[in-house]
Amino acid sequence: MGTAVSAEPERARAEDFERTIAADERIEPRDWMPDAYRATLIRQIAQHAHSEIIGMQPEANWITRAPSLRRKAILIAKVQDEAGHGLYLYGAAETLGASRAELLGKLHTGRHKYSSIFNYPTLTWADVGAIGWLVDGAAITNQVPLCRCSYGPYARAMVRICKEESFHQRQGYELLHALARGTGAQRAMAQDAVDRWWWPSLMMFGPPDDASPRTAQSMAWKIKRHTNDELRQRFVDICVPQAEALGLTLPDRDLRWNEERGHWDFGAVDWDEFRAVLAGEGPCNEQRLDQRRRAHEEGAWVREAAAAYAAKHPAGAAR
Amino acid sequence: MSGGDADWPLWEVFVRPRRGLAHTHAGSLHAPDAELALRNARDLFTRRGEGVSLWVVPAAAVTASSPDERDPFFRPAADKPYRHPTFYEVPEGVRHL
Repeated sequence: MGTAVSAEPERARAEDFERTIAADERIEPRDWMPDAYRATLIRQIAQHAHSEIIGMQPEANWITRAPSLRRKAILIAKVQDEAGHGLYLYGAAETLGASRAELLGKLHTGRHKYSSIFNYPTLTWADVGAIGWLVDGAAITNQVPLCRCSYGPYARAMVRICKEESFHQRQGYELLHALARGTGAQRAMAQDAVDRWWWPSLMMFGPPDDASPRTAQSMAWKIKRHTNDELRQRFVDICVPQAEALGLTLPDRDLRWNEERGHWDFGAVDWDEFRAVLAGEGPCNEQRLDQRRRAHEEGAWVREAAAAYAAKHPAGAAR
Repeated sequence: MSGGDADWPLWEVFVRPRRGLAHTHAGSLHAPDAELALRNARDLFTRRGEGVSLWVVPAAAVTASSPDERDPFFRPAADKPYRHPTFYEVPEGVRHL
């Protein structure tokens, strides 16, 4: 009898959750939710947040060497935005009961992953353009549907992020366009950057649908709205005419218009490379994590000083 | 690890987008005290001129209704249609009412 009594409200709450999802309404922080829904969201949002802050590194690499004051100011603003996006997302994860310190700890000890794309190096100035156009472009394609994610705080964070990302993508495209119309060497630099970033950008959508075991559940919960392959196709279809307008080519000999499907066919992604980079064997995995840990450790005295000041002036806490 | 690794208190941030509008909730952030919470809020939520005024409130100071009792708590409002102007019939042709 005792179990029946305690199971009853649990079942009612589960039904309430399912009804809310079915009605396409949002789940909010204090609502009851299945443990697996909470865990899935924390993992996904944390990985997303980690990607935003690790993503500051490849671009920050070029701040001191930007070719003009205009480009430098733009790049600083963009890198600052990425930090902001990380903070929105850590905030969303915290509404689920995770703590930011704990999530950062998991990043620093390698127990949490971030997007494999940031383990590639930025070798030339044109890479800043290719990242804006392709990497941010892929991120936007992924993120626009997340604005309708069933979890309210995540969806709201994504709305802010998508608004800000559109400047990121445009500045990258403009940068590549300027190089593509420049000298032969500038043009070659732009083409080389696109050649290196194209395939890793396609990997950003995650493994193919038949190798993505979590997709079905995430779609049933309306965390995800489209499969990895659908979003990858959408991105390819968007990019082909944009590459043409730049006068640059995409490094795929199998790329051709498929009249029947109404989409661009494209070649096979090298999933062995994807898995290797995720497993830590990318060109920059170690460097990225070392830099992140160092930044955290070197910032410790600032955090300690601010905490000590606040403890000395308790009025500040309630003012 | 060092004491600096513990999270600072959480603050809820409210932004007034422009004069004439109320402050609305924008999100939350960590800060050691109110002054730094304001500065962090400016950097985090108003980088593109999204606000002319900010409030920061310790998250621990917010009292919220419980989602579990949302039906009984709000139900009294559901069966009082006479609180809405559309409840009332007005003779044909009467204006400014």
